[in-house]
Amino acid sequence: MTSAATLESDSPAATQTLGERLGRLLEAGDVVALLGDLGAGKTAFVQGVARGLDVTSARVASPTFTIVNEHPGRVPLYHIDLYRLVHADELFELGFQEYLGGDGVAVVEWFDRFPDEQPAERLEIRIEITGEQSRRLRATAHGARAAARLERWIG
Amino acid sequence: MLVLGLESSCDETAAALVEDGVRVRGDAVASQVAVHREWGGVVPEIASRHHVTNLIPVLETALKESGATLADVDGLAVTRGPGLVGALLVGVQAAKAIAWARGLPLVGVNHLEGHLSAVWLDGDRGPAFPHLALLVSGGHSELVIARDHGVYELLGATRDDAAGEAFDKVGKMLGLGYPAGPVVDQLAATGDPNAVKLPRAMRGRGLDFSFSGMKTAMQTLLQRDGVPVGQALADLCASFQAAIVDQLVRKTRLALEEQGLTQLQVAGGVAANRGLRAALAELTRELGVDLFIPSPKRCTDNAAMIAAAGYWRLQRGERADLMLNATASLPLA
Repeated sequence: MTSAATLESDSPAATQTLGERLGRLLEAGDVVALLGDLGAGKTAFVQGVARGLDVTSARVASPTFTIVNEHPGRVPLYHIDLYRLVHADELFELGFQEYLGGDGVAVVEWFDRFPDEQPAERLEIRIEITGEQSRRLRATAHGARAAARLERWIG
Repeated sequence: MLVLGLESSCDETAAALVEDGVRVRGDAVASQVAVHREWGGVVPEIASRHHVTNLIPVLETALKESGATLADVDGLAVTRGPGLVGALLVGVQAAKAIAWARGLPLVGVNHLEGHLSAVWLDGDRGPAFPHLALLVSGGHSELVIARDHGVYELLGATRDDAAGEAFDKVGKMLGLGYPAGPVVDQLAATGDPNAVKLPRAMRGRGLDFSFSGMKTAMQTLLQRDGVPVGQALADLCASFQAAIVDQLVRKTRLALEEQGLTQLQVAGGVAANRGLRAALAELTRELGVDLFIPSPKRCTDNAAMIAAAGYWRLQRGERADLMLNATASLPLA
């Protein structure tokens, strides 16, 4: 099974489309770790994922301030941003683990701040800035379930 | 009617006593800004534990400042959402405990409604209904019609980042510390807003905002040219601020014209931004619209605004029972 792949995007719209294609494949319990610098296009990607999950809300706003945004869809989308957190026990107090592997899809930004909190089973996507509009998405599947999603996504 | 308000929706723990929804008698906020700065852009104690530790001290401070005791309080108002459930619950549980122990009426308040009620706390005349409200903060960017106290209609909101969040994140990219909004504002005052061309998003007639693309444009620019210093930094801050302000003002103008409203209030932390204030003053002068902006200390998160919003609800006979719960995603309208 595929465990790593690289995808190229030439615009924010293309990044969104990649997210949408992934969103269509995701099932309850899936965890996506989304990495990349400020301005890399994580929001655009998640907006695509939301569309792929049939999230009806027109606005998939940044969860930086709120930490967790919940969007009802085909399955619920839990959009989580760990940017403002520092200590792992804050995750515990937020009930963070309850969002993972449950009834919805969890897309977690800045998961690399807390490597020890990452579940063994997850699809990791790192967005790299390669040009003004262009981005490279490096996807790594951790676990068989994530590998299956990745294979269908790039297939 | 003396209302005790409690607020613990996100970073701030706050308590306040407000008379008749307009007169602040006591107001205490446990702010973490100094701690944030030390950590360079992150909140170390978002944890509910922080609110637990702070709640009783802020309550005691607010009571002391007001010269009142709990025996003088006629009603309670508490933020019930939106926010972090763990954080909100601290205020909600405390409010329920006080209400039960003292036999006092209690209402739950939407945090955003609190922001929209702060405008009546400065002692001056507030806006009449209906009016347009622009709510801009670290977590929110919304255009709302306020039809009455507690009666709102959402016209537009951000599709990605909040305006204040864009300021904070770009400030972080520029190495300006945290929270960077006021620093960007300060630097922008001495810079040329036309020095750097930045994309203007959301040019259409819709009333939603989008600030994420601007953040990306800044990232691209900084990656190419590096972080500028001196006058060039001031110019970049001025250009970035102008791009944000331009979008906020353009949508506000559209909303005022489309809805035929003649009164505007601006609420939330970004209302303190001088660039935005100046641009809105110019816009409202041109359109003949009355502009209301709460004083800076009422623009950031506080409990006086929650007590004020709660007052109108209590006046209408609204009561929450002891099943009152915190809600993470709570729409204003």
